[in-house]
Amino acid sequence: MSQSFPLRTGFLVGLFTAAALSSWFVMQVPEISAGQAKTLIVDWVPRLGVELAFRLDGLSLLLCLLISSIGALVMLYTSGYFKTHRDQGRLQWLLFGFMLSMLGLVTADNVLLLFIFWELTTITSFLLVGFDHENRKARRAALQALLITGGGGLALLVGLLLAADITGTYRVSEMVASGDLLKNHDAYPLVLTLILIGAFTKSAQFPFHFWLPNAMAAPSPVSAYLHSATMVKAGIYLMARFQPALGSTDMWFYTLSIVGALTAVWASIMALRQTDLKLMLAWTTVMALGILTLFLGSDVRIAALAAMTFLIVHAFYKCALFLVIGNVDYATGTREVDKLGGLAKLLPITTVVGMAAGFSMAGFPPFLGFIGKELKYEGALAIAEEPYLIAAAALAANAMMVAVALAIVIRVFLKGKTTSDREAIKEVPWTMWLGPLLLAAAGLFTGIFPDMLAKSIIQPALSDVLLIETTVKLSLWHGINVPLAMSIATVAIGTLLFIKATPVRNNINEVMQRWPITGDRVYQLALSGTERFARGLTDRIQSGSLSQYLTIVFGVFVVSVAGVWITHRVPLVLTDLTAVPPLALLVCILMIGATAVVAVSRSRLLSICALGIVGSGVALLFLIFGAIDVAITQLMVETLFVVLIAAVMLKLPEFSGKEHPGTGGSMRDASIAIGCGVVMALVTIAVGVSPLDLSITEFYEAASLPEAYGRNIVNVILVDFRALDTLGEVAVVAIAALAVIALVTVRTQRKTPEG
Amino acid sequence: MNSIIFRSVSRLLMGLMLLFSLFLLWRGHNEPGGGFIGGLVAAAGLVVYGLSDGPKSMRMILRFEPGAIALVGLLIAAAAGILPLLLGLDFLTGLWLFIGATATDKGLALGTPLLFDIGVYLTVVGGVVGMVIAIEESL
Repeated sequence: MSQSFPLRTGFLVGLFTAAALSSWFVMQVPEISAGQAKTLIVDWVPRLGVELAFRLDGLSLLLCLLISSIGALVMLYTSGYFKTHRDQGRLQWLLFGFMLSMLGLVTADNVLLLFIFWELTTITSFLLVGFDHENRKARRAALQALLITGGGGLALLVGLLLAADITGTYRVSEMVASGDLLKNHDAYPLVLTLILIGAFTKSAQFPFHFWLPNAMAAPSPVSAYLHSATMVKAGIYLMARFQPALGSTDMWFYTLSIVGALTAVWASIMALRQTDLKLMLAWTTVMALGILTLFLGSDVRIAALAAMTFLIVHAFYKCALFLVIGNVDYATGTREVDKLGGLAKLLPITTVVGMAAGFSMAGFPPFLGFIGKELKYEGALAIAEEPYLIAAAALAANAMMVAVALAIVIRVFLKGKTTSDREAIKEVPWTMWLGPLLLAAAGLFTGIFPDMLAKSIIQPALSDVLLIETTVKLSLWHGINVPLAMSIATVAIGTLLFIKATPVRNNINEVMQRWPITGDRVYQLALSGTERFARGLTDRIQSGSLSQYLTIVFGVFVVSVAGVWITHRVPLVLTDLTAVPPLALLVCILMIGATAVVAVSRSRLLSICALGIVGSGVALLFLIFGAIDVAITQLMVETLFVVLIAAVMLKLPEFSGKEHPGTGGSMRDASIAIGCGVVMALVTIAVGVSPLDLSITEFYEAASLPEAYGRNIVNVILVDFRALDTLGEVAVVAIAALAVIALVTVRTQRKTPEG
Repeated sequence: MNSIIFRSVSRLLMGLMLLFSLFLLWRGHNEPGGGFIGGLVAAAGLVVYGLSDGPKSMRMILRFEPGAIALVGLLIAAAAGILPLLLGLDFLTGLWLFIGATATDKGLALGTPLLFDIGVYLTVVGGVVGMVIAIEESL
């Protein structure tokens, strides 16, 4: 059976934790709305300023309530949607992990902790989008979401660190309360840009918006949870959170307004183009995020209130709609709007839910969506700088939402007939309609009784965004005023768009076919360009030719050291050679002779032995100058080296004289070898010229016996004074040996698969 | 290499070199020697034996996987560092026992540096011999 015990545990653990957390957050409402934030601080890495600092205030609580309660509903939904899927357990665990990361993100009070949770949501999102990992499109979408939001996360990290440096605190709450410190700092544009790149990538703002529609490759519950209700709101949360510290400047206002408006309008147009219901919803989500950004740009109270209210409105209806579309897909096997119709009789409960959520989206009274829409118009008109531009953008976006909502309600549920290859279309199980039903009901209930929501949740959140005490009253009826007139216009335009949907779509498609540049194409070009560049570079550097590697290594050595020699004008003073013991001179002559043999010999064995003589000569020199330990080590290493090289080399074919294709080969090798020799000689002479600092030697000579009870200074240094170095070195020896063993063994096994 | 002279000599040589390596390890603190040099000498001895009798017999006389010997050596060296930690001293501080010490003579001095050196010795022997065996077996 597909639902073995461990798979079920993921679901049960997730669901109960989410439900418990959700109830706990509800119980915190009275205290938080009274203005008392809850904090929890545990030291983590005190020296780096990293602490597990959590803070639950009004803004966090709003998001925590959404994350935990929608999380519970989505997990319940997933248990039905993937009832027979063998990987349901993995999906449930991932959803659970995502929920915890998201809760961490909105409650983190330390910027580094905030960043960690931020990236955790990126990673869980990557795994969730790529859930259907055998599907190439899903893998691409997952990677795209990861690269874009992950890249934005890095920008955010730098921005947060800069902000921490300027304000002198890693605490988010203290940073937010630091007044105009950040805004008046010279680095403010940089800090703001970096933090906004993080927020814009996460919340799919233009020009980073394209990853979100692509992420619809994820299963419906994932899209509902991550890509409409919670994760994409992380950027919105960040902007709302930092508005007191970074907002109320021209740069803030114009960046957020322009980017938000551009995103909203562009997404509206793109949404009209879609025939896939899920993509339609995805683009309206991008649009909603644009609207939220737009309204966070201003510090006018009513604009921020509109943003906070719309955040809740949107989470309710959009999540419900995604789940409803999931139900339609589940029951009929298609999401194409042209193939669907008249589902009201077949899927009665899903239809009711879909209609309720759709009306909230369209902003019809008495749903919460209506209040949200009225507030948006009120907020837009209250913004002093560009009221008409913002109101126009909001109007266009809202009209679009009406059109999409009507498309879902009328074309999918009410009119027409579904052409599906399913034999019988049946209502989905209760696990799959309960979640969306509750969400849609919440949209209706809070629409009729908005005061509870306003006082207990929106008001404290708004106080945290604006950092002032404020009272929020929401009501359905605002009287006959400009926003109401705009509402009527919205419905009219939306209905017109709905009726003319097909010609509008065709027109947009025609333009889009000639549209030269989209974010997705730029992304693809950048990605494949990077890949091509990396491959070209690797092919160049890693040619596989050993002689080329050695040429590069030694060539760089010669050029760089000689360069230092010349630019620093190191004096060339030959030391008195008569002071050298005659025995040492004899050894040197022997070594020179052996080197010549290595260079000209055509027999490998002879070359190796001659090379051994050179090495042993070095050991002898050490011995002559009294460094017995070093001499023994050198001798042993030399012996092992000769033995090993001989063992390997003797298996190779004889010198053929063709080791150097091309004429310049041996000349090149010779010049590099001579260059190395000359440079090393110069370095040695230079070392001899500068006076030796003996203070360290004297310390060890004096301290070795009394402190470490040893007379052999070399060994005492190795095992006592600098034992930590030695420990690191022997660790390297062990790891290198294991690596060599592994490499050689793997090669052997590949050669003889049976052995 | 199938020479009977080399084969008889190599065993003798290996025995001598192994003994000598232990001697170097032991006296290293006061006279030239130490774990690193001792390990190299021991490895050279074993490699000479391996040249005459082949990597298989080298494995036989080692009894343990060379990589494992290297890791145990690393653990012993690390243990020599951790031991003083247990007494509240800094990592790798030398701890000493003077067995049979008198007023003038400090007797037999045993300390964690010796333990550390034994770890180094084993790591070097295991690492070098492991690499040589692997390479010889692949040929």
